[in-house]
Amino acid sequence: MKFGVLVFPGSNCDRDVVLVTRDLLKQPTRMVWHQETDISDLDVVIIPGGFSYGDYLRCGAISRFSPAMQATIAHAEQGKLVLGICNGFQVLTESGLLPGALVRNRDLHFICDRVPVCVERTDLPWTQAYQPGQVITLPIAHGEGCYYADPDTLNQLQAHQQILFRYCTPSGEVGAEANPNGSVENIAGICNRQGNVVGMMPHPERASDPTLGYTDGLLLFQGLLNSLTLQGVTA
Amino acid sequence: MHVGIVTQTYQAKIYVTLRPSVLDPAGTAVQTGFKQLGYDNVGPTRIGKYVELTVTADDEAAASQQIDRMCDQLLANPVIENYRFDLQVVPTAGAAK
Repeated sequence: MKFGVLVFPGSNCDRDVVLVTRDLLKQPTRMVWHQETDISDLDVVIIPGGFSYGDYLRCGAISRFSPAMQATIAHAEQGKLVLGICNGFQVLTESGLLPGALVRNRDLHFICDRVPVCVERTDLPWTQAYQPGQVITLPIAHGEGCYYADPDTLNQLQAHQQILFRYCTPSGEVGAEANPNGSVENIAGICNRQGNVVGMMPHPERASDPTLGYTDGLLLFQGLLNSLTLQGVTA
Repeated sequence: MHVGIVTQTYQAKIYVTLRPSVLDPAGTAVQTGFKQLGYDNVGPTRIGKYVELTVTADDEAAASQQIDRMCDQLLANPVIENYRFDLQVVPTAGAAK
């Protein structure tokens, strides 16, 4: 299975992702410069965290129009897998691949922390290695991570089970006290209706290498690899 | 005298504001700042963006249509923001009255 990691001017979590897919998962991985147009060799595209194009205007607003993103949109429309982490989630909402938007955190802080996150759905390649309702710990690091969607969009997200991760208490209760940034419905990560495009504010790639102390994020990448191997996608 | 197609330069002043339903913590912080300065009569404060740019176009309608599209595509995110703009003709050097 071949991974591609988009690199914009200002991306800063690209190498962390490559370390997971190439070094920990032992999968062929290449970095995709934002000017590239042909990504037809890739099975999975990952849009990493950082500050693409300086986050000027709005987070993800300018990267949306890059050649590599145009190719990624086409990749997603073919039903292939796309994961956006943090700034990557912002890019996905700006580009319309995922509904809603990410706005400034409720309390104005840039938050750098580890938070408990509840896994809401486990029948997708992305989350199939987790148990339903499992509480995992993932790092977050963002200033504009407050997920916003209007009530109609929220109803749609709920009706089609598109909410994958919610901020919760360590015991798994989803409520205002467990919401770090003001996201509606404590939303930390969602998918599109087909389930092939996922965006999340927490950083699974920073919770994958055992050297760093915790590995709850690695299950996301391993689950993905397992499900694609079962489907016969090989490198 | 009118010779060929005359294009005109227009300046656009564009205002991008958060939709009323979207939380604006920065605006709320500024409002609190006013309160600390002693201005107790300041209501809800919202912070937006202001953009100035020029375009050349055949006429005002064409310029307006293009700016509208540009706002929709890039300058504002319609999920969370509204926009409005004013257009003004930029006088060109040597333009005959």
